[in-house]
Amino acid sequence: MTQPTPARNPRSAFAPGAPGAPGSQDSQGSDTTEPPALHLRAMDNLRFIRQTMEEAVYFTAVSGVGEIAVGLTALVAAWLASHRATAQGWLTVWLGEALIAAILTGGAVVWKARQARLSLVSRPGRRFALGLLPPLAAGALLSYALLAAGERALLPGVWLLLYGTAVVTGGAFSVRIVPVMGLGFMALGGVALFAPAAWGDVFLGAGFGGLNLLFGLYIARRHGG
Amino acid sequence: MAGKARRRVAVERLEHPGSPPPAGSRHEPVAIDLDRLIHERLRLGIVSALAVNERLSFNDLKRLLRTTDGNLSVHARKLEEAGYVRCDKSFVGRLPKTEFRLTVAGKGALERYLDHMEAIIHATRDG
Repeated sequence: MTQPTPARNPRSAFAPGAPGAPGSQDSQGSDTTEPPALHLRAMDNLRFIRQTMEEAVYFTAVSGVGEIAVGLTALVAAWLASHRATAQGWLTVWLGEALIAAILTGGAVVWKARQARLSLVSRPGRRFALGLLPPLAAGALLSYALLAAGERALLPGVWLLLYGTAVVTGGAFSVRIVPVMGLGFMALGGVALFAPAAWGDVFLGAGFGGLNLLFGLYIARRHGG
Repeated sequence: MAGKARRRVAVERLEHPGSPPPAGSRHEPVAIDLDRLIHERLRLGIVSALAVNERLSFNDLKRLLRTTDGNLSVHARKLEEAGYVRCDKSFVGRLPKTEFRLTVAGKGALERYLDHMEAIIHATRDG
């Protein structure tokens, strides 16, 4: 967590005695020092409002309803994947599910930011993306390498582990339950890595289906939708 | 000269919100009564955070605004007393839960405050 910048300090602007504040040394001098101070303090206040709004949007960006939807589609995907005879069919089902999940969860964040008329490339937005994307990119690269090496059995564990890592790092500045959810995925992924290969879809269904449903219900109930 | 007078009035209004403008001064558009209630940084933070969230719990607000229980309680109560936020208290199991929502009056106050800040900036630039 970054330290508050001077601009975010609740006492930095308009505070009696603060530089540029009414009554301070520089505002008691000539008229020429007053306007820039007033102008800057008003701008600082507007900046503070915008920053707080942006942080508040990403603080509650994870939608409980969205997580429930992802959980339900993941349960369907787990059932479908377990009935695929080929590795390619199995992979297609889970890649399709990943795409649906990305659209549902990403769409919820974009919708919320647009509703509040806030930029997606704001500082909290970039921080959210920078926390989320590296573990997901690592997961994609590892998946390709493992498939090339014929180690498909390791994929469920790797996916759960790295998705969990992405949720923990991306959700570090979110409501407390989000990183806890990520830790749940990481724990399940850790177990899946050492479980029999035949249990892969059970782990993926329990993680992407069960955990998303469980935490989605909690988030929707406690944090409003 | 008129620009300087306007700026001086604005400074005075920031220092003494609610005080009558000096006689004969050209105080529009910056000499609007500053809402001292949401002018304080933590209260402004509470109102801003609630403007983009339908509701936020006490603990979420505390974490988001990086403040203490006591500080948040005091400032949230002032906003509640002014009718800017609504406070809902309930129990989840045995744990008490406090949630805040922004009221219509609170939204209006934030909009007026934003207009006021923008008016100050425009007046300074135009002057």
